Amino acid sequence: MSTQIEQQETETEADEAESEQAVESPGDQRRAAKRQRQAERDVQREAEEASLDDEETVELKVFRYDPEVEGKQEPRFDDFTVPFHKGMTVLDALIYARDRYDSSLTFRHSCRQAVCGSDALFVNGRQRLGCKTQLSDLDDPIRIEPLPHQEVVKDLVVDMEHFYDQMEAVEPYFDADELPEDSLEEQRQTRENREKVKMSTRCIWCGACMSSCNIAAGDNEYLGPAAINKAYRFAMDEREGENRKQERLRIIEQEHGVWRCQTQFSCTEVCPKDIPLTEHIQELKREAVKNNLKFW
Amino acid sequence: MYEHDVIVVGAGGAGLRAAIAADEEGADVALVTKLHPVRSHTGAAEGGINASLRDGDSWDLHAYDTMKGSDYLGDAPAIDTFAKTAPEEVIQLEHWGMPFSREDDGRVSQRPFGGMSFPRTTYAGAETGHHLLHTMYEQAVKRGIEVYDEWYVTNLAVTDHDDPEDRKCHGCVAYDIKSGKIEGFRATGGVVLATGGLGQAFDHTTNAVANTGDGCAMAYRAGVPMEDMEMIQFHPTTLPSTGVLISEGVRGEGGILYNDDEERFMFEYGYANNDGELASRDVVSRAELTEVNEGRGIEDEYVDLDMRHLGEERILDRLENILHLAEDFEGVDGLDEPMPVKPGQHYAMGGVETDENGETCIEGLYAAGETACVSLHGANRLGGNALPELLVFGARAGYHAAGKDMKTAEIETGPSAKSEDGDVQPPVAPGAVDTGSEDVAADGAAIEPTGVIENAVERERDRVETLLEEDGVNHAEVRADVQETMTQNVNVFREEEGLKTALRDLRRAREAYEDVAVSDPSRTYNTDLIHTIETRNILDVAEAITLGALAREEFRGAHWRAEHQERKDDEWIKHTMLAWNDGTPELYYKPVILEGDEETYEPKERSY
Repeated sequence: MSTQIEQQETETEADEAESEQAVESPGDQRRAAKRQRQAERDVQREAEEASLDDEETVELKVFRYDPEVEGKQEPRFDDFTVPFHKGMTVLDALIYARDRYDSSLTFRHSCRQAVCGSDALFVNGRQRLGCKTQLSDLDDPIRIEPLPHQEVVKDLVVDMEHFYDQMEAVEPYFDADELPEDSLEEQRQTRENREKVKMSTRCIWCGACMSSCNIAAGDNEYLGPAAINKAYRFAMDEREGENRKQERLRIIEQEHGVWRCQTQFSCTEVCPKDIPLTEHIQELKREAVKNNLKFW
Repeated sequence: MYEHDVIVVGAGGAGLRAAIAADEEGADVALVTKLHPVRSHTGAAEGGINASLRDGDSWDLHAYDTMKGSDYLGDAPAIDTFAKTAPEEVIQLEHWGMPFSREDDGRVSQRPFGGMSFPRTTYAGAETGHHLLHTMYEQAVKRGIEVYDEWYVTNLAVTDHDDPEDRKCHGCVAYDIKSGKIEGFRATGGVVLATGGLGQAFDHTTNAVANTGDGCAMAYRAGVPMEDMEMIQFHPTTLPSTGVLISEGVRGEGGILYNDDEERFMFEYGYANNDGELASRDVVSRAELTEVNEGRGIEDEYVDLDMRHLGEERILDRLENILHLAEDFEGVDGLDEPMPVKPGQHYAMGGVETDENGETCIEGLYAAGETACVSLHGANRLGGNALPELLVFGARAGYHAAGKDMKTAEIETGPSAKSEDGDVQPPVAPGAVDTGSEDVAADGAAIEPTGVIENAVERERDRVETLLEEDGVNHAEVRADVQETMTQNVNVFREEEGLKTALRDLRRAREAYEDVAVSDPSRTYNTDLIHTIETRNILDVAEAITLGALAREEFRGAHWRAEHQERKDDEWIKHTMLAWNDGTPELYYKPVILEGDEETYEPKERSY
C-alpha cells in the first residue's frame, strides 16, 4: 500500500536489508530500477500497440455509463481495438481492453467457463454469455451492451435484484412432503425422473432469458422464464410429493405466472445452457389445466 | 455497523454449509460475499463427492485412502472426522433435493475416482459442483439467511494483542461494491472465512478470476499461521488454452491418456502400473509433463485424453458437460476426437490453519473449505474429496461459531504448537515492504469490540481513499508479473534456483505494488479498486507458497523438488507453518498427527 511517506519507507527498507542480510537495494536504487522497469514496459506496450497494425484485430464498440463520473453520465460507446487470436472470446477481448487500455471498463465475470452466469451481455443485438461466445462467430465491429430491460448500474453491469426477486418468488427450494427417517437413507428417484428434470437444473441464473422476453419487458411482475423453469424443476421432481406440487402449481398459475407466456421462444433461443424454457412453461400450463380439471 | 451472531465470508459450498449449520443452531447468521452466492466457484466442480455409503465400503477405508493420498501429511483427527461424517452430509444433500445421478434402483450412483479403493464418488453428471452450490443456496433461501451479495470483505477486525493466540476476532470490514460504502460488520459469535481458492496466483489455473486467496491473506495478516502452503495441486486434465477443467470423471469412466506417439504412457512408461490414468493427480500431472519434456508431447505442450470408446450414450449420460466444455473452450468434439489436456493449477491443499472445529488460533475466527487447512488433504488432495470437505468442515465451523457444544479439538493451532524453528533462507527479505504500516495491530491497544471494528473501518477507508486519489501503477501489471513467475518457477517441477527467482520477482512485485493506484475515480461498481485490493492478497499468498516450497527439501505428494528426489519421512512428516509476524514472516514446523481413532497410520510407499 502507498499509505506511508517515503522517508519511512526508505528507512525500513534499509533496516530490513541489514537485519535479514538480504540483497535489497536501497530505496533510491529501487525506485530508479522501478522507473526503468516502467519505461521498459511502456516501450514494450508501445511496440505491442504498434504491431497491432500488422496483426489481425477486432473492433469492439462498448457501452459506457457511470452515474457519477463526468463524461460518462450520458451513455456512450467507446471503441477498442484488440488483437485477435483463434479461440478468443468476447470476455477475453473485454479483459484485454480493460487491462491494457482502460481499467475503469466494468463488467461482471468470474469462472470463465459458462457456469457462474455472471457475464450475460447483449452482443451484436443478442443475449449471450461473454465467456462462451467466440469472436470468430461475430460480425465486426462487435457491439457490446448491458442486458436490455434491466437498469444499468455502470458500463456493462446491470442491476440483478429484480431477477433474483422473481427467482425467489417461486419458493426455489426442495421441500419434500416427507423424508426417510434414517439420516443415512436416500430418497429414491428413477433415472427417468432425474432425466426429466435434468435440463431444468442446469440454470445458471444469468438472466439472459428474462432480458430477451418481451412479456417480462412489459410486465414487471411477470415471473419470467428462469423462475418458472425453477418451479418446473421442483414441480416435476417426484421426490417432493403431491402436496408440494399442488402448492407449486398455485404459485405459477397466478396472474403474472405461466399464462403470460406467449410462446415466442426468445428465452429458449438465448439460453446458454440450452434449457427448453418455453417447453417447460407450456408443460406447466398443461399441468395446471389438468390439475384444475381434477378439482372441478 | 451491521451486527450478526455469525458472519460467513464467502458463499460457495463451505460458506453456505456453515451458514445453514449456524442457522440450524439458532444463530442470526449472514453471508457476505463479493459475488452473488450462485456465482461462486464451487459451481465449477465437476467430478463428485466421496462418501462411503455402500456394503463393502467403510469410513476407515475412505480415511485410509485419504491419508495415503495425502502422502502422510494429513492429520488423522481431521481425516477420521471427515470420513466418518461424509456419508451423512451426502445424504443430507440428497434430502435437500440435490439431483444426483441414479442407479436403476433409484439410489445415488457412485463411480471410481483416482486414489480410491472403492467406487465411492457420488455425482450429478459432470456438473456436481453446480448442483451442490445451487441446492445449498436454495436451502439458504428457504431458511431466510441474510446475504450481503457483492460486498467485498477487505479486512478482519481483530484485537491488538502481541501474541496472536491472545487476539480475538470481532468482525470484519466490507466494501459495498455497488455503492462504494465501507462498513463494519460485528460478529458476536464468530467470523467464518470461506473465500475459496487462490488460483489467481498462477496464470494457468482452473480457478475463477475471483479466487484470489482473500481469506488466506486476511487471516495471515491478522496473525493466523498459514499451513503447508507449498502444497498446490496441479490438475492433470485442463484445456491448454484456458485452463478450463476436464473432470477426473472422464478417467473415472474409462478415459485414456495418449502421448504424441499414441502410447498409453501411464502404463508404457511405468508411471502407474496398477492404476494407470486413475493414479493420484500429482502422479498423472508429473507423468504428462515428463512426456512433454521428453519430446513426446503433442505440439510440445499437451497430451490427449480420449473418451470416444466409452460410446455416445454413456458419455451423454454421465459426462455431457465435458462435451460442452471441450467444444466451447477448445473447439474440440469429444465424441469425434481426443481432447488436448495439460496440468493446470487447481487446488490449494494448504491454507489457514484450523482445528477439526474450523477454529483458528484467534478466538472467534474460523475458516473452512479450500481456504482452510485442517489438514485433511496433506500433500495431495484426492479427486472428489473437496466437496465433502466443504460439507463436513463448513458445517462444523458454522456449528461451533454458533455456540454448539462440540468435542474439543485434538489438533493444536497457533504458534504454541510449534515443534521446531524453520531454516529457510530466502534470497530477499519476504513480507511487508514497510512493516511500520501493517494492517492488524497498528492502532493502539483497542480491545473493546466496537473500537476494534471502528479502527478497522477507518483503516480501510484511508486505504481506499489513497488508492483512489493517487496516480500510479495499474495493479494488472503487478498481478501479471506474479502469475508469470509463479507459473514459471513454482509449478509441478520445482528447483531451488527457480524458487529463489520467484521470491526475487515477488519482492519486486511487492515494491511495484507500493505505487499502485486505481485510475477509475468512481464509487459505483469500481472493479478496478476491487481487483487492486485482491492483488495485494495474491502477493501475500504467492509468497507464502514459494517460501514453503523453498523450505520443504523433499519430494512429497504434489511437492516435487529437483534437488530432493525422495520423501524424507524421518525429517519431514511435519507441517510447514508460516506466521506473518506483523510483516516479517517467520517459518516454523508443527508435527503431523498420524494417530487415528482406530489405528495409527504407518507411512508406506505411495504407489498406484
